[in-house]
Amino acid sequence: MLQVTNLKVRVEDREILKGINLTVNKGEVHAIMGPNGSGKSTFARALSGHPGYEVTDGQVLYNGQDLLDMDPDERARAGVFMAFQYPVEIPGVNNAYFLKAALNAKRKHDGLDELDAMDFMKLVKEKLKLLHVDDSLLQRSVNEGFSGGEKKRNEIFHMAVLEPTLSLLDETDSGLDIDALKVVSEGVNAMRSPERAFIVVTHYQRLLNYIVPDYVHVLSEGRIVRSGGRELALELEEKGYAGQTAAGARQ
Amino acid sequence: MSTATKQIEELANTEYKYGFVTDTEQDIIPVGLNEDVVRLISSKKGEPEWLLEWRLKAFRAWLKMEEPHWQNVTYGPINYQGVSYYAAPSEKKKLNSLDEVDPEIRATFDKLGIPIEEQKLLSNVAVDAVFDSVSVATTFRSKLAELGIIFCSFSEAVKDHPDLVKQYVGSVVPHTDNYFAALNSAVFSDGSFVYIPKGVRCPMELSTYFRINAQNTGQFERTLIIADEGATVSYLEGCTAPKRDENQLHAAVVELIAHKDATIKYSTVQNWYPGDKNGKGGIYNFVTKRGICKGDRSKITWTQVETGSAVTWKYPSCILQGNDSIGEFYSVAVTNNFQQADTGTKMIHLGKNTRSTIVSKGISAGRGQNTYRGAVKIGKNASNARNYSQCDSLLIGDRCGAHTFPYLEIKNSTAKVEHEASTSKIGEDQLFYCESRGITKEDAINMIVSGFCKEVFRELPMEFAVEAQKLLGISLEGSVG
Repeated sequence: MLQVTNLKVRVEDREILKGINLTVNKGEVHAIMGPNGSGKSTFARALSGHPGYEVTDGQVLYNGQDLLDMDPDERARAGVFMAFQYPVEIPGVNNAYFLKAALNAKRKHDGLDELDAMDFMKLVKEKLKLLHVDDSLLQRSVNEGFSGGEKKRNEIFHMAVLEPTLSLLDETDSGLDIDALKVVSEGVNAMRSPERAFIVVTHYQRLLNYIVPDYVHVLSEGRIVRSGGRELALELEEKGYAGQTAAGARQ
Repeated sequence: MSTATKQIEELANTEYKYGFVTDTEQDIIPVGLNEDVVRLISSKKGEPEWLLEWRLKAFRAWLKMEEPHWQNVTYGPINYQGVSYYAAPSEKKKLNSLDEVDPEIRATFDKLGIPIEEQKLLSNVAVDAVFDSVSVATTFRSKLAELGIIFCSFSEAVKDHPDLVKQYVGSVVPHTDNYFAALNSAVFSDGSFVYIPKGVRCPMELSTYFRINAQNTGQFERTLIIADEGATVSYLEGCTAPKRDENQLHAAVVELIAHKDATIKYSTVQNWYPGDKNGKGGIYNFVTKRGICKGDRSKITWTQVETGSAVTWKYPSCILQGNDSIGEFYSVAVTNNFQQADTGTKMIHLGKNTRSTIVSKGISAGRGQNTYRGAVKIGKNASNARNYSQCDSLLIGDRCGAHTFPYLEIKNSTAKVEHEASTSKIGEDQLFYCESRGITKEDAINMIVSGFCKEVFRELPMEFAVEAQKLLGISLEGSVG
């Protein structure tokens, strides 16, 4: 589904990603781990089309299409979803209204009929139950006044409603307590399917106890220095990132 | 500037689509302003002696006044002598039906999207179309007349209902009030006159369209709306003007009088030529609008969406004289490119148990400068007065400005006055968040701005709310950064 070849990304004149190669197939969950500053979030943001991230080299194919050539909203409608590390607030814009606009934009793109308010609310109420999220969330403005945990849950809620094919979870676990972590993970796991793929960016192994990955990649200084199965995450938990530098990997 | 900002600023700067001129014969008097011009205007309109005297008094007072410069706006000096103060299309006879209207003028109305015939049949809105300085057509007059409602041009009211005019004109905005009111009182051309008799609910929204056409012709319209005891009326003012290089002055005066238990709602959607991308040309909109809640339990509501003009200076205000009277002000003001606005409202509480509500939304984009000036005055006998003010500014891009000057003058200790203000920005990250959910940038801007203006749009009459939202979208196209 996703083919990343030699991706180089620059942020404000600094080259952060120095040539990433990655293949993600349908049904797979890939975890991206690494020390601070390694470029994990940069990778997710570059894939989503964030304006501050300049791709200087490389190619990304999404279902055969040139992803880098698409505007961020086009990518979203094509099924790429980003759960933000720091979700932004949009005062005055109702959460339900926002989601309905997003969902209908996607449905239109897929050649489906747009949902009216009633059908939309039916769909949404089911997802709310799934995520143990209160109804009142729908009446509030997008992320306005939400606690950190609520914001993260709102991200997963958006994901559940939009049903993307490729989800990028950017440090979804940061700032969550154990209970919230479990809820978020349940939400993600409920969406796992042979047709979907996930790229989970995280610092800590703990999330991966709940969202068990198929592959784990270690990012260091802008390069993937090691890849393995889920056991790699446990190894990192024990030994830390120290032994995983780019220099070490070249040996 | 980030690439996104640059890209956004380069996006369609919609060409002002109402920029065209009607080539019709016009009866324009030569430029200049002196007592003879005032007499000429009065005689061309066939006015009675008392009105000429009224004009002259104002003119003489104006000569002694100094142009104010305390507003937070800058503009080139106005050459009062370089402007013609009267322009009427060359129609001598009185028009009974629209068929008699000059076809060029009718075509103008069509281009402006206000086909009078259609409006007559479909939207049930009576239209008094003012073409430059003279009213050309008035519809629905007979229907309204059945209810005793008078809706005609100011000039006609002077002829047909002189007592009413004499009783009320200048009672809310005397010529001594300010420089531009004095000027208006001297040279006003025309406007609307509305009188709703006791206990009558006006069954349709009353509306007027304006157009400033002739080169160098300032518009000085004068509107007077009177709601007698228990009467209700909703009035819409919508304006558009053609593209011009010289700045055009619009110094109108609007007076509203609400008697006991009466309600007046005055809504404005203003889209006058704002000047081109470089700030050249554009209308100067210096207006004095004031309403008096004369009787107990009367109510006056001002709602406005202002997206045009190069420089806007206006403070629709309410004098809450009657006990239990209510004054409201809901406004969205947009400044883009090089537009400047110094606007706001004054709520003057005099009676007992009076209430006022102010919701002002300012949107600044490009290099626009938006100033909100709100005055809440509670008189010493105004016991139990209540005021709620909310002034929100939205900044789009990093070269615009929003300034707020609230004035609260409270002389009674039982008053409850609340003031809230907020400033926010449409950030790139908010737009990106919307895009990451599949929403296009244009839709995202509209969504965010509409959310911002929600409370004001809710108060607009239905027909206006739709037009206002579209107008907002157009005036902000290509502005986000």
